[in-house]
Amino acid sequence: MTAYILRRLLATIPVMVVVALFVFLLLHLTPGDPAAVIAGDDASPAEIEGIRRKLGLDRPIWEQFGLYIGNLVRGDLGTSIFSNMPVTTLVRQRLEPSLVLAVAALVVAVAFAIPMGVVAAWKAHSSIDRVVMGFSVLGFAVPVFLVGYLLIYVFAIQLRWLPVQGYRPLSQGLDGTLRSIALPALALGMAYMALIARITRASMLEVLSEDYIRTAHAKGVATPSVLLRHALKNAAVPIVTVIGIGFALLISGVVITETVFNIPGLGRLTVDAILKRDYPIIQGLIILFAGAKVLVNLAVDISYTFFDPRIRQ
Amino acid sequence: MTRKAALQLWLATTLAVLAAAPMAEPASAEPKTLRVAMHADVRTLDPFWTTQTIAGIHGLMVYDTLFSSDAELKPQPQMVEKWNVSEDRKIYEFTLRDGLKFHDGSPVTSKDVVASMHRWGKRDGAGKQLFEYTASLVAQDDKTFVWTLKEPYGLLIDILAKTGTSIPFVMREKEAMVDAFQQIQEVVGSGPFVFKRDEWVPGSKTVYEKFKGYVPRKEPASGHAGGKVVKVDRVEFVWLADPQTAQSALVAGEIDYLENPQVDFLPILESTPGIKIESHPAMGTMGILQLNHLHPPFNNVKARQAMFYIINNADYLNTIAADPKLQKLCFSYFGCDVAMETDAGSEVYKGKKDYKKAEALFKEAGYNGEPITILHATDHQYINPANLVMIQQLRKAGFLKLDVQAMDWGTVVSRRAKKEPPAQGGWNIFITGTTVLTSSSPITHTSIGMGCDKAWFGWPCDAKFEELRKAWAFAQDVAARKQVAIELSKRAYDQVPYISFAQWRNPVAYRSDRLTGVLSVPSVPPMWNIEKK
Repeated sequence: MTAYILRRLLATIPVMVVVALFVFLLLHLTPGDPAAVIAGDDASPAEIEGIRRKLGLDRPIWEQFGLYIGNLVRGDLGTSIFSNMPVTTLVRQRLEPSLVLAVAALVVAVAFAIPMGVVAAWKAHSSIDRVVMGFSVLGFAVPVFLVGYLLIYVFAIQLRWLPVQGYRPLSQGLDGTLRSIALPALALGMAYMALIARITRASMLEVLSEDYIRTAHAKGVATPSVLLRHALKNAAVPIVTVIGIGFALLISGVVITETVFNIPGLGRLTVDAILKRDYPIIQGLIILFAGAKVLVNLAVDISYTFFDPRIRQ
Repeated sequence: MTRKAALQLWLATTLAVLAAAPMAEPASAEPKTLRVAMHADVRTLDPFWTTQTIAGIHGLMVYDTLFSSDAELKPQPQMVEKWNVSEDRKIYEFTLRDGLKFHDGSPVTSKDVVASMHRWGKRDGAGKQLFEYTASLVAQDDKTFVWTLKEPYGLLIDILAKTGTSIPFVMREKEAMVDAFQQIQEVVGSGPFVFKRDEWVPGSKTVYEKFKGYVPRKEPASGHAGGKVVKVDRVEFVWLADPQTAQSALVAGEIDYLENPQVDFLPILESTPGIKIESHPAMGTMGILQLNHLHPPFNNVKARQAMFYIINNADYLNTIAADPKLQKLCFSYFGCDVAMETDAGSEVYKGKKDYKKAEALFKEAGYNGEPITILHATDHQYINPANLVMIQQLRKAGFLKLDVQAMDWGTVVSRRAKKEPPAQGGWNIFITGTTVLTSSSPITHTSIGMGCDKAWFGWPCDAKFEELRKAWAFAQDVAARKQVAIELSKRAYDQVPYISFAQWRNPVAYRSDRLTGVLSVPSVPPMWNIEKK
């Protein structure tokens, strides 16, 4: 197992190099000029040129790439063109909200979706199944921002139970954090709930048709035990895969939710940086997201071995 | 370990972790905090490094100025105690007020002022012109400095009192000596608020605290002038990217002040008890339909003049600002409801549209149906709808071939700088806007300059117009400037540096049930004088 993990970690290095090259070229070949955005609308062409020179954006692209790679190897993700703050500092500021939102949304999604999927599979083709799957379709179909606005209107403006926007850090008290994250987690969780419920149902249906399930029923094992102990565990691999993919996507930020609820997370940081052409932030974040994705994939692969001993061997 | 035991252990651990997590801190006397949502977030701390308005708003919090404009847009002394002008109007001697201190406790001296003005003058358009006519700017002693002009340039005080970016703030000599094309690292001003760098989250929140060592003027606050008396402990600029969320936050009372509410939400805000909407008459935006003077067809004045027979000014208003209370049908290049308002020369633009006449003029200009490249920014609140209106108007003319290229605003600002022909990555038309305040002065109005290669994007070129601009700057009083402005307007309508369209107000919305003393200004909103219950 250790050797397997080490092999997988070493394999990430060429992946990261390709990602770094790709993102650098893509950014610098895309139309847009951060110097012009910085200078503002009333700046003259000469002023913009001055800023471009000071930022080193007038240097040859190969020279800029060399500097970028050199900094990356030293762990320096660069400095924001606009705020002059190190990218690592900006990421550190945004990491907690993104992680908390991702975990909360996933907890909400998993807590509801798996029971929904299990029940839907157990009562396949019944009205319960149709209701559950109908809800899952709704979860896909209704845009997150619309769900967000509705939740804000009901719970924040009308009932005044929860805040409209913002994020309270954990250092200021868990209750404040939970209150500030409740609505965004619910809005975001609904879309993932739909996805996980469908995968759970499909995977469970496959397992429920197996011989050993019929044997368990014949032995007189209670239905809940059949469903949870025998079926769900064997159906877990694809479910865990989807949860892992979902978590990786959430870590990289869900821009719409962060924008609607004003959560200062990594998603908004990325989009703002793209719109303003803040190259160092974009490059740094994409490298981080690629690394996070690779690590999450590894964690998912390792978790398979707990669910299926055959994989362990 | 059995599965049941493992599950029990996991549950117990989770509960223990949650129980150990810090709970809410006990309530204590909270500082009085003003929560404000501005139109953008503070990303750049150097107010001279960019002309973005938000940089001016940030600067106004932490820095002070030699002069400021009052509610009637008249310049008033701020850091200056007194000044005198020589008979030939070339030598200005200024004396600073007593008690001026930077946030680090050091006194403000003339050396700081001189260095700051030099740095500002390297970046600001009006400042550059001022320094072209400056013979010298020297500190005589700690409190006195002398500004000597080469000629009797009449705008020195007005420019020092400008409230459009870049505002001539006074910083410490140490920061003022930093290369003007490099950002300053430290933010230490002498203004009424101190910037809290440790609490700054770019793209999310910017925090300022009251500067207890600030000595305000004794006059009542008026516009940006008078006494800057701070009546709260903290101000937090909260960046709310989603306009719906910003509106909801104001309604729910989570923010106190919303600088630029989206027009669609104004009826909701107006009908909400405890919320007030207001705007200064001169607070507003004017649209600019910029033409590229370097390439056909608009390198020919006939084609530019033809546009007045096609573009209908009124069409833009309902698209951009549906509320009639916010609209102003304005034909003045220098804005309406301001001192230099004039529509001299606008008869064709005001008149009936005539596509046949427009076609004839385009033909005279040598137009043969070549595509007219339009840079259409699709992600901007008013530029996008304005583009849609313009494209429809041009199509309606029936004889123009359009090449509409959709892109984000960031791409527009980079592409508009290209001087190549449209077919090689250049452009013919793009739309933008300017504030009424900026356009109210032919000197600060960057877009209207016709200085050819030195001009703004579009590079309009007319020596006579530039002579008139200079004459305006040297006019000695408002009446004389108004006469020159009338001539400038006639020349602008004849040579067409760009097409001006619409004028609309940008109101602010705030919780009147808890805030008093909100100042009405036509530009960057000040946070002093505001009291919170």
